[in-house]
Amino acid sequence: MTTVAPVEEASKENISQEEVHHDHRLFGLAAFLVADGMTFAGFFAAYLTFRAVNPLLPGAIYELELPLPTLNTVLLLISSATFHRAGQALKRNETDLCRRWLLITATLGSAFLASQMVEYFTLPFGLTDNVYASTFYALTGFHGLHVTLGTLMILIVWWQTRKPNGRISSENVFPLEATELYWHFVDGIWVILFIILYLL
Amino acid sequence: MTLASSPDLSKESEPLQPKGWLRYFSFSVDHKVIGLQYLICGFIFYLIGGALASAIRIELTSPISDFMPRDVYNQVLTLHGTIMIFLWIVPVVNGAFGNYLIPFYVGARDMAFPRLNAVAFWLIPPAGLMLISSYFITGAAESGWTAYPPLSINTPAAGQIIWILSVLLLGGSSIFGGINFIATILKLRRPGLGLMQLPMYCWAMLGTSILVVLSTPVLAGTLILLSFDIVAHTGFFNPVMGGNVIVYQHLFWFYSHPAVYIMVLPAFGLVSEILPVHCRKPLFGYTTMVYSIMAIVVLGLVVWAHHMFTSGTPPWMRLFFTIATSFIAVPTGIKFFNWVATLWGGRISLNSAILFSCGFIINFVLGGITGVALAQVPFDIHVHDTYFVVAHFHYIVYGGSVFVIFSSIYHWYPKFTGRMLNENLGRLHFLLTFVGFNLCFAPQHWLGLNGMPRRVAEYDPQFTFVNQLSSAGALLMAISTLPFLWNVFQSAFNGPIAGDNPWKALTPEWLTSSPPPVENWEGPAPLVKEPYGYGETPETLEVALDKDLELGGDEK
Amino acid sequence: MPLSSAIRSVLLGIVLVVAGLWIGQNIKLLPVDASTNAPVYDELFRVLFSIGAILFLGITGLVVFSLIKFRRKPGDTSDGIALEGNLSLEILWTAIPAIVVLFVGIYSYDIYDRMGGMLPLDHGGHNHQNMASEERIWGGISSGSIEKSGMVVNAPLPVEVTAMQFAFIFHYPKGDITSGELHVPTGQPISMRLESRDVIHAFWVPEFRLKQDVIPGQPTILSFTATKPGRYPIICAELCGPYHGGMRSAVIVDSPKAYEEWFKNNAKTPVSEL
Ligand code: HEM
Ligand SMILES: [Cu+2]
Ligand SMILES: [Cu+2]
Repeated sequence: MTTVAPVEEASKENISQEEVHHDHRLFGLAAFLVADGMTFAGFFAAYLTFRAVNPLLPGAIYELELPLPTLNTVLLLISSATFHRAGQALKRNETDLCRRWLLITATLGSAFLASQMVEYFTLPFGLTDNVYASTFYALTGFHGLHVTLGTLMILIVWWQTRKPNGRISSENVFPLEATELYWHFVDGIWVILFIILYLL
Repeated sequence: MTLASSPDLSKESEPLQPKGWLRYFSFSVDHKVIGLQYLICGFIFYLIGGALASAIRIELTSPISDFMPRDVYNQVLTLHGTIMIFLWIVPVVNGAFGNYLIPFYVGARDMAFPRLNAVAFWLIPPAGLMLISSYFITGAAESGWTAYPPLSINTPAAGQIIWILSVLLLGGSSIFGGINFIATILKLRRPGLGLMQLPMYCWAMLGTSILVVLSTPVLAGTLILLSFDIVAHTGFFNPVMGGNVIVYQHLFWFYSHPAVYIMVLPAFGLVSEILPVHCRKPLFGYTTMVYSIMAIVVLGLVVWAHHMFTSGTPPWMRLFFTIATSFIAVPTGIKFFNWVATLWGGRISLNSAILFSCGFIINFVLGGITGVALAQVPFDIHVHDTYFVVAHFHYIVYGGSVFVIFSSIYHWYPKFTGRMLNENLGRLHFLLTFVGFNLCFAPQHWLGLNGMPRRVAEYDPQFTFVNQLSSAGALLMAISTLPFLWNVFQSAFNGPIAGDNPWKALTPEWLTSSPPPVENWEGPAPLVKEPYGYGETPETLEVALDKDLELGGDEK
Repeated sequence: MPLSSAIRSVLLGIVLVVAGLWIGQNIKLLPVDASTNAPVYDELFRVLFSIGAILFLGITGLVVFSLIKFRRKPGDTSDGIALEGNLSLEILWTAIPAIVVLFVGIYSYDIYDRMGGMLPLDHGGHNHQNMASEERIWGGISSGSIEKSGMVVNAPLPVEVTAMQFAFIFHYPKGDITSGELHVPTGQPISMRLESRDVIHAFWVPEFRLKQDVIPGQPTILSFTATKPGRYPIICAELCGPYHGGMRSAVIVDSPKAYEEWFKNNAKTPVSEL
């Protein structure tokens, strides 16, 4: 009553598995990013609830300026585009172009981090001043950690695309694709963060 | 993230089979080794957690706090809860059986990410050791497994921080595991095998893993914020600094209610595997079972505030969560009726596996009934945070999940080791566990209703006798592990040889040798389209064929 | 299904329901009911217990029966029937629990309403000069329906409750009495303002079927009306530290006369001034 049929050919099966391998890894990464996104979602939910029910204590300061973060948003959005360019270039096997775009992306990421630092040092409140301040630093800090990690990963990808013995090429694009997916994710989170923390 | 096991690597480990026990201490990427690592590691933690439980029950045999200092009592309580949940049930129902069985069920030779899999396991022992050693070094956390602030901020910081760190590690392990299961079930299915042909445990693990991936990160984020409050003196959850303690509870339960399903959905899946084999009948209502798992997953994400009915939640929220929670009973109920229907008209072998599974059904029904009662705000207001709740969730997590773990061990031990367990010892084990368990926890309903709060080391003397009754039950439960341990150890060497398929089961893990070879099957993976195709009537063949088409062809 | 077995099933079902209802109505698991809420609660309890008993006895009965009836006889190696499902059965056991659960939900909503859970919160006679005006007051459950119970409605008596590790302190703004135990008269709504000094505690009086967390930073109003004179425990139900188990007090419910007596003996400010 059971249907126990042998596979057509073992070799065929192996081949089909080999083919889909890198898909699995991107899929796994996507699942991980969903999880990562839920961490942010928890932070956002906490922040919004504080907003809804916890008034700012008398005398507490929580003021945010818009110019720097707007610049940051632009930086990150552009960096997503440049990364995309890098990926396309690699797939077309134009490694040099790809490397240039990667460097530009990494620069944009670092610029974001620098500008974020500037903002930190000019803010009128510190980490422990009040709940909003703490949540602000927790959220932007956690996001900044992601950007830092992403920038490092971009630099590694850049190093690995070097001509003679780099490991990443149009034959092996997975590391670049993975980093790109991650980078877009980090950008997306930033946009949400920007809207919730700065605009609302 | 790594590739599926590379062939040369597995060839290397093949000759390890005879003196193979060393494998279990290695960074093996074989899903079967990892599964057993989870199981054994989890069981060791279970014994530790059980010792702590015994300490609690000894303290509670008298109404005064006399067995241990009060703060130690709270540490013991916290460790007990944390160990049982994060180091025993979650890793075993997910990690152990999931890793062992899922690749078989999808017809793969390993998990999607074998190395990530090994990493996920190896996060657990250090996390557990850290947690337990905190008791000896700094004093363990003493704010309960829920770690509600501001108590968790005010208690000694070192223990609490270590607690947070180990829970974060365990959460990470759980997330990695979840990702791996999702990828394996969705992406690694053997060609020709449809989703609706998978054994039910796959569906349970898919649902569970979705819950893990969606909810565990929220706990992680919350605990990070909590640790900031403790170490950096921020005020997220500290009312003195304008923080809000209720936000913590919402975030915590957003994970921890799904966590109860993370502990019990896989158990549901395992029971669905065990019953048909020993009843010699198809699993009743496969399709509805699948849908009810998914319904539980969705509903499970929106019921968390039923743990907060007395936390000053506004009436609309109380009502919403009452209704949502009550409705979980519907898909859960469907599963139970289906299991009973699976038993009905079968040829049931009354072996240890079946006994534990049926014990599970009976216990869980009681736990589910008290659960629906607890979901009703007016009812919960009286019994929240009392021994009634303690009874409820032990009926669920012990009477449910732990009974299923034992049932599963009796069922799959022949596959794991190639030898049979002793059935008489198994039945003795069941009898002691079932009687001890009910003696221990049933009276606690009464205690809660009549005024004994949970998490206390001292209580009103009028409750002494019932508490002693409960402790006697706990003693029986402790004793019940002895025949089990003896059985497991001595059968490993002296048990009758099991052969490939002692239960004449149809699921793919039985269609190979016991224990299975490194790559699961000597030849190609078998294609099992009907894992529950038991049963004989003249029409069987036709029915099976029809069903086959219907299931494979998918829905209208 | 042959007719006789159908009849047998229906009969068994009826016996089961009757047994469940009987058990539910006759079970004594709760302490005395000493507040207006308590009898309402007990009514809900009996209904839930009846439904639970029917379900539990039913399923346990089926499981045990199957294990005995369908156990494998020695030497029998045959399989069971190859029954993979039955649509009408599945619909049946989806629909019936759904209806039962819906009923339970609506019914418990009604109970909640009768307990006063849906009443808009007035501030129960507390004067809030010492609170920041925008401070949130969180609602516990209030005790409505005193009218229905036929008692005279008095203006609620305000009491301020402070919870701290590891004690409750009760303060009566009228008369400026501070006490370690709560004294209340029967038939008089009490409106408590609960506040915590340190961690979360919970105010629980089992005989009143009443519990409310006392949350630092979130003062909460909780009202109840005691009905039976006596001395009942007040228990902290939320883990609050090492001495949590010892954090107990008592509520002394007196007849209005006896309460008046106690009040006069302890009041610091003349009552007329308030
Ligand atoms: C029919 C399904 C269920 C319903 C309606 C339900 C309902 C509830 C409710 C309302 C509470 C809160 C009680 C209180 O603290 O006042 C609760 C507590 C609890 N439930 Fe369930 N439950 C169900 C199934 C489960 C399952 C499947 C599990 C675990 C596998 C579980 C484990 C727990 C635990 C661990 C607690 C206590 C948490 C704590 O405070 O430490 N329950 N349940
Ligand atoms: Cu829950
Ligand atoms: Cu307490």
